[in-house]
Amino acid sequence: MEKIFETQNVEQTEKLGAAVGKLLSEGDFLALTGDLGAGKTAFTRGIARGLGIDDAITSPTFTLINEYHDSVTLAHMDVYRLKNLEELQNIGFDDYLKGYIVVMEWADKVKEMLPVEVLWIDFRVVGDSLRQLKFTSNSPYYDKIVQELSV
Amino acid sequence: MKDKFITLGIETSCDETSVSVVENGRKILSNAIFSQIKWHEKYGGVVPEIASRQHLEAISHVTQKSLEDAEIDFDSIDLVAVTHGPGLVGALLVGVSYAKGLAYALKKPLIGVNHIEGHIFANFLENDFAPPFLSLVVSGGHTHLIYVKDYGDYELMGRTVDDAAGEAFDKVARALGLGYPGGPLIDQTARLGNELAISFPVAHFKDEDLSFSFSGIKSAVLNYLNHQKQKGLSIVVEDVAASFQKAVVDALVENTLKAAEIKNVKTIALAGGVAANSRLREELTSKAGTDFLVRFPPMILCTDNAAMISCAGYYRFLQGFESDMTLNAYANLNIFSNN
Repeated sequence: MEKIFETQNVEQTEKLGAAVGKLLSEGDFLALTGDLGAGKTAFTRGIARGLGIDDAITSPTFTLINEYHDSVTLAHMDVYRLKNLEELQNIGFDDYLKGYIVVMEWADKVKEMLPVEVLWIDFRVVGDSLRQLKFTSNSPYYDKIVQELSV
Repeated sequence: MKDKFITLGIETSCDETSVSVVENGRKILSNAIFSQIKWHEKYGGVVPEIASRQHLEAISHVTQKSLEDAEIDFDSIDLVAVTHGPGLVGALLVGVSYAKGLAYALKKPLIGVNHIEGHIFANFLENDFAPPFLSLVVSGGHTHLIYVKDYGDYELMGRTVDDAAGEAFDKVARALGLGYPGGPLIDQTARLGNELAISFPVAHFKDEDLSFSFSGIKSAVLNYLNHQKQKGLSIVVEDVAASFQKAVVDALVENTLKAAEIKNVKTIALAGGVAANSRLREELTSKAGTDFLVRFPPMILCTDNAAMISCAGYYRFLQGFESDMTLNAYANLNIFSNN
């Protein structure tokens, strides 16, 4: 199923992320796509807040993976710098598929390597601070999350 | 302690595999960095840009090269120091496991070092500089303002709440089509532009809050580029680069000087890859005037290297710290805890 949400500014993007975060549990995988500055990291900061993680959520573009350990473990990845799928293996990608909530930025670059069931969220820049977030789910599990979010 | 105490340092926290030999904590005998060695001539193959687990293939070669450059053998090593965080766990583990094996086999002490602490210690190499001072650690992955009261005694005064400064450079360079890595490219391009051409907002926090935020400046640049395109107006890349760089440098300099005043230190020490930025060096030196002495490590010691890890490890060892065989890698190791 598909569902589009609109946010007026960074704060609202973060708030939507927090609402999503509240619905997630370990083993979940969110694949984010969209241009530079579209709000992917702000959204992930919201997810962390929703999960009860208080740490400063900084961008993983350079570090590739940032981990946050609290009552749950969040792995925030950014695969923009990766040149090929082998490099994804080399950063230990498989180790994060169990026991973590994974949020991956620029996930379309490594589509072939992702789990079968993921929740895709595409960020579109509509105006200076106006954003459209398109949620695409390919499984009953993520359908349910998107439905609960719409309420 | 011996006249010549030899520390072997190992760094594998991100892209670089580096091994270094340092004498008495300050004198660099060797500082081998994988990406800078022409391995393909010797071993064939291309150096991977994202090293990570490929550190595994490189580490024994880089260690060998480091010992050869220093003209010592394994028996001369008195201490093995290794980065155990923060960084990529898969990458860190290669260095940590190798260091443990080495220390165990040589029957020498082992010490785990924090990567950010290592960057600060790059300032101690090859000179007699000492605490207290204020350090601004700016790189692709970190933006930390740290008061160094003494060796091993730190206070975090400010850090980024979103993007690291180096990352903002990379992303704006990407948007301007300049390439990667963005830091040096923006620096070069900005020299040809007018830094007063466009006013990009610098995020400000309350007076006592010395946090940084660079995500807003990045968005402002992207919005500017979009607006110009929509209106069919031309974009002067040099002016955008210069104006963006000014905004970032102003924010860094302002908070750094505030922190230095609060702590009443005489010296400010830059560290990390962005410490190589010419505008940052100029502006900080100029604004510091005669109130503060500003210093920065040589370029090769600004970016990730093992010499800084040897140095930091040596001083931790002098303070009585020692790691055992349970030493582990931590992705988000905190500089202010002694684990």
